Amino acid sequence: MSEPNIFPAIKPVGINGMLVQFSDKLQEPSNRAALSFCASIRQKNWPCVEEISATLASAYLRFDIQKASHEELIQDLQALLNTQNWYEAPLPQGRRHLEIPCVFGGEHGPQLEEAATVAKLSTQDAIKELTTVRTRVLAVGFAPGQPYLGELDEHWNIPRLTALTRQVPKGALIVAIKQLIIFTAPSPTGWRHIGQCAFDCFRPDQENPFAFRPGDEVSLRDISSKDLSCIKATDRTGNGGAVISPIL
Amino acid sequence: MSGLRILSCGPGLSIQDMGRPGYLEQGLSISGVADQLALHEAGTLLGHPKPQAVIEMAGIGGAFKAETDMTIALTGAIMKVSINGAQVAWNATYFLPRGADLKIGGVQSGVYGYLSFGAGISTKPFLGSRSIHLRGGIGQALQAGELIPLGRNNANEAGIGLDAEERFSGGVIRIIPSVQSALFPQREHKRFSETIFIRSLRGNRMGVAFDFKGDGFAAEGQLSILSEIIAVGDIQMTGDGRPFVLLPECQTTGGYPRIGTVIPADLPKLAQTAPGKEVSFQMITLPEALDLQKSFEDDIKRLSERVSPLIRDPSTMNDLLSYQLISGAISANSTAEET
Repeated sequence: MSEPNIFPAIKPVGINGMLVQFSDKLQEPSNRAALSFCASIRQKNWPCVEEISATLASAYLRFDIQKASHEELIQDLQALLNTQNWYEAPLPQGRRHLEIPCVFGGEHGPQLEEAATVAKLSTQDAIKELTTVRTRVLAVGFAPGQPYLGELDEHWNIPRLTALTRQVPKGALIVAIKQLIIFTAPSPTGWRHIGQCAFDCFRPDQENPFAFRPGDEVSLRDISSKDLSCIKATDRTGNGGAVISPIL
Repeated sequence: MSGLRILSCGPGLSIQDMGRPGYLEQGLSISGVADQLALHEAGTLLGHPKPQAVIEMAGIGGAFKAETDMTIALTGAIMKVSINGAQVAWNATYFLPRGADLKIGGVQSGVYGYLSFGAGISTKPFLGSRSIHLRGGIGQALQAGELIPLGRNNANEAGIGLDAEERFSGGVIRIIPSVQSALFPQREHKRFSETIFIRSLRGNRMGVAFDFKGDGFAAEGQLSILSEIIAVGDIQMTGDGRPFVLLPECQTTGGYPRIGTVIPADLPKLAQTAPGKEVSFQMITLPEALDLQKSFEDDIKRLSERVSPLIRDPSTMNDLLSYQLISGAISANSTAEET
């Protein structure tokens, strides 16, 4: 049953879903394609489409099978795919840049040194790189509002740990396979825990409970653990001292 | 505010409705009842045009007190139930006058039982749904002492029974190809379709594990699969190659390969298969699944044909005691005394 995939590939998901896969690997162009393609479908406002979701390298649609057949939707998606080279498409409008304060290392990031060693960097250089790079929210998933940030340079292609860390706190910054995650809630993880933010990814009591949207960009600002306590003591918004600005 | 007081309860009680679709891109899965058919059955029994929020009970119920007059419906997994000490039948509606005691014990067959209310549940919705999503941090499991607030008691008929479809003993579960089915070699598909699986004890609203004899099922390039969108009903093969079928509170994306997806029409049966019961998976085509979906939806529309007054249908009663109670059952807008 195995056949080589040719991308983009259109495949059904369940009985009322359709997936447009741009790659089976995570690369900037395929994530760009997924984001732009989803934005374009949103603009089209097809009456059959009930939900649109960009994942790392795919666009997912849930549709009303009473309003369109699988064949019709595949045709429409194929026609939209043919309109341009999505791997080089401009990123959608309305994205934001979030500069988020983070404590690196020490008790707030007990695996920073280890992660830096695996990435063949000094701890200082690792912090410097992670606070200089501007990452993209490649996808939101696993837990509500939880961002997958990337991609980092190749030397950050560090594997997951074989043994799970039993629990890292909410707001923990973790790293593996060229990506960073800020945790929504306390959770076990096989990624390395390198820092701590006061940023709240999911805010059920706010009008917009999801702090990140796929395509947003994130930078981290190095702060002391005293700064973190200060932010935690005073912040009521969930932003944890982040500076949020639109990307023009 | 008045409603139903929880005096004591098992650990697996939560408020659920049809769930919260539309937030996959924000990392939030749909949640909602594990057995949607049971929700439709409750809606039919209570005369609701649309299914309302209910209390889902995994494995065991609890002891409750009515702090107001109310009509309730009991659907889904069959549980032992009594009203004011008298045992009554499942798959039916009852009038509970203020002060009545309701006791719901352990499941006799199935996994998820449902306690529904004529007046509905009036907790505050979040993003259009009252469903609790434990993993997502939306709400919590119900606790002893809590009061379940109900809506205004619109007159619902009590003493109505429903001839529910049996779906608690496993059997053949139909599946369609998933995005990653093609990664499994043909011989693995064949072996999968010929294997008898036993519902494991490991299971919750995120998903259920199945045990079997033999080697685990593996996909090609299993370790380098890019994390991809999950559909409820996906059968993922975890590291040891054992199937884990994903339910409404699953994660939104995942990197384990999925050999197929259980069709929505068979999800109630899958979710209600009790630990120790056997299932097998039969691969069908997408067009076949779409036809089955149509009949499933038609069956739901025709649920009212399965309803009848309890008194005329002794076969749905557990014993004489229940008959005694039901003979005195009244509707919420009736002035008759309770038995």
